[in-house]
Amino acid sequence: MAKSFRGGVHPDDRKRYTASKEIQVAPVPEKVIIPVRQHIGAPCSPIVAVGDLVKKGQVIAEAQAFVSSPIHASTSGKVVAIAEYPHPVFGTCMAIVIESDGQDEWLEGLPLSRDWKNIEASEIKEIIRQSGMVGMGGATFPTHIKMAPPKEKTIHTFILNGAECEPFLTADHRVMLEQSERIVTGMQIAMKVLGVNKGYIGIEDNKPDAIAAMNKACSGISSLEVVPLQTKYPQGAEKTLISVICGTDVPSGGLPMDVGVVVQNVGTVVAIADAVEKGIPLIERVTTVTGGAVAEPKNILFRIGTTFAAAVELCGGFAKQPMKVIMGGPMMGMAQRTLDVPIIKGTSGILALSEADVNIGPERPCIRCGRCVEACPMGLVPSMLSILAERGAYAVAKENYDLLDCVECGSCVYVCPAKRNIVHYIKLSKAQNAAMAAKK
Amino acid sequence: MSTETKIEIEQLMVSASPHIRCDESISKIMWSVNAALAPAALFSVYNFGMPAFFNILLCVLACVATEYLILKWQDKPMVVNDGSAFLTGLLLAMNIPATLPWYMPLAGSVFAIGIAKHTMGGIGFNIFNPALIGRAFILASWPIAMTTWPISSDMIGKVDALTTATPLGILKQQGYQSLIEHFGDHATMYKSLLLGTRPGSMGETSALLLILGGIYLIYKGYVKWQMPVLMIGTVGILTAAFGGDPFLHMMSGGLILGAFYMATDMVTIPITLKGQIIFAIGAGALTVLIRLQGGYPEGVCYAILLMNCVTPLIDRLVKPRKYGTGR
Repeated sequence: MAKSFRGGVHPDDRKRYTASKEIQVAPVPEKVIIPVRQHIGAPCSPIVAVGDLVKKGQVIAEAQAFVSSPIHASTSGKVVAIAEYPHPVFGTCMAIVIESDGQDEWLEGLPLSRDWKNIEASEIKEIIRQSGMVGMGGATFPTHIKMAPPKEKTIHTFILNGAECEPFLTADHRVMLEQSERIVTGMQIAMKVLGVNKGYIGIEDNKPDAIAAMNKACSGISSLEVVPLQTKYPQGAEKTLISVICGTDVPSGGLPMDVGVVVQNVGTVVAIADAVEKGIPLIERVTTVTGGAVAEPKNILFRIGTTFAAAVELCGGFAKQPMKVIMGGPMMGMAQRTLDVPIIKGTSGILALSEADVNIGPERPCIRCGRCVEACPMGLVPSMLSILAERGAYAVAKENYDLLDCVECGSCVYVCPAKRNIVHYIKLSKAQNAAMAAKK
Repeated sequence: MSTETKIEIEQLMVSASPHIRCDESISKIMWSVNAALAPAALFSVYNFGMPAFFNILLCVLACVATEYLILKWQDKPMVVNDGSAFLTGLLLAMNIPATLPWYMPLAGSVFAIGIAKHTMGGIGFNIFNPALIGRAFILASWPIAMTTWPISSDMIGKVDALTTATPLGILKQQGYQSLIEHFGDHATMYKSLLLGTRPGSMGETSALLLILGGIYLIYKGYVKWQMPVLMIGTVGILTAAFGGDPFLHMMSGGLILGAFYMATDMVTIPITLKGQIIFAIGAGALTVLIRLQGGYPEGVCYAILLMNCVTPLIDRLVKPRKYGTGR
């Protein structure tokens, strides 16, 4: 019996478009647009200038701040521009544009060949930081911070998030099938750094082949265990995942480390293995390009900085007029206004949704049907949060209706028969509360 | 982008996540409830003849027209075809005797939509179930007409009268014994109550068809089974506890109609399942209180309206268990 949690929804997962398609390696684009901010935290400052020649893997932007992550060139070539460019998360952001020289030449000395078992944990931590590692599931929180919890927090469990509960996306699924050994290595490295001797791999049971592949890769390693999970959104949200696997809730307002758990994404641990064993920084990632409007949906290994337009082109262009283009999954991804945005470290998917996929309607008043209350995995009353935001009662939402506990998974909006944009209202209320707090 | 695909990238829509929605809509819910009520409504035409047909049509048209005019006048989005005004009309018709003169259902319909629904702000904002307010309005205005019941199909040709009393009315006025005598024996009474070949409000009589429609709504997920089961169950248990005939009370009056179709009106009941359970038990208990201790033979309408009053209070006190606050 696969494990589950309270609430959640069952959208058609539509992974059938790409689930059986092997990861294809994209050709190096003529030009990559690499934003200096691809993570949560302080933006980096460029350390190269227009006209400079750079090599693949070379640091091109960095920051002194702790909560930040350096940026590397994803191919070799010439820096042709450093300017504001469209960004998939921040609207616009300073980006370093590299024109490829066609050589795709590594930085001197790369790739390395070293055995992680011979490297000290503290050194691994530093390698992870220098490699520009961030959470590749989409949240893009710098990995080195997660890997260095404060002393008073005892970490006892590592969880690999292989749930991939977002509909459409299959990048993690394919990586688990094709690189299961690398995942195991990456997990072992992460567990060494954290000093943890129990690691779980949570995978939704709509991916039996991935469960089998990971079981095979883990056989003989007693510290690792594959946990099949019920296919239900948002199974892969950090909090629900921890509850299901460990049987403990993360306290309200707390972090996974408060219950002794660190969760990492599939792509991230593979990147950790590559960084530690080969010295390769995070310059490429697997992204699912899919949706009802894409001609030939695929899983592709892209260089960071490849534009969405080039990615869609590689998939045969559009078959239908897209109504929305999303970075990430359909439940929590971000709508894009242009295809000129680049793939960044957190781009798990590029989704082109047709009008039929989106199924949006005019927003109507809440009829209090309670479907959002049933769907909310956090046990909130989403309808009330939306109504309070309409009234401008942002503080009430925070004080009496636990606004800040919302993880914005979108389950409430998905089930709403009145087509209310509840997550929109919640984001607005959170921003208004933050603004009010800042004023004080 | 290649130009031959004729894709307009400038037209991309940008909005907050999520970007996909399920197929449910307010219209789907409302029309499903209408469909679930249809068999019982058709049966009422069989049971009471053309006056029933005429009054159903009148209530539905009056409610829809009132809604249309108000939306037009207030310059609100034209959502008259979402099935909710139609449903109010249908429910109101099912809650009144078939023989009411035309102006009474008309007044009730206008009051239900105009006052109970739209002075509160329209769909989603009304505190009380509009159809029940419409019924209460007619009852307060024309109490005699509202308690004069036409004979039903099982009496035609057998009794020399045009009007009669409902089973609960006979029970209140003349007692249990004469009610049994009226039907002949227990079995005949229960059969009549189940099939609905008895006097009463238009749509309340056929327990069987109402329950079948209700099961369809439970299957569709629009009604939670706990609501009708607990409300009807509470009435049965409390009636038995006070020495009444639980089956008679569970199958008569507007209880089944109310428990499946009005105590489940999403807008006017608590939003959490726990709250809804309180609502259902409360409405059942109030029904028994009114039927056994009050002046009226029937209490479902007022029981639900009274529980509607406390719905905001229940919602304030009963919230789901928040994640991260203990199992």
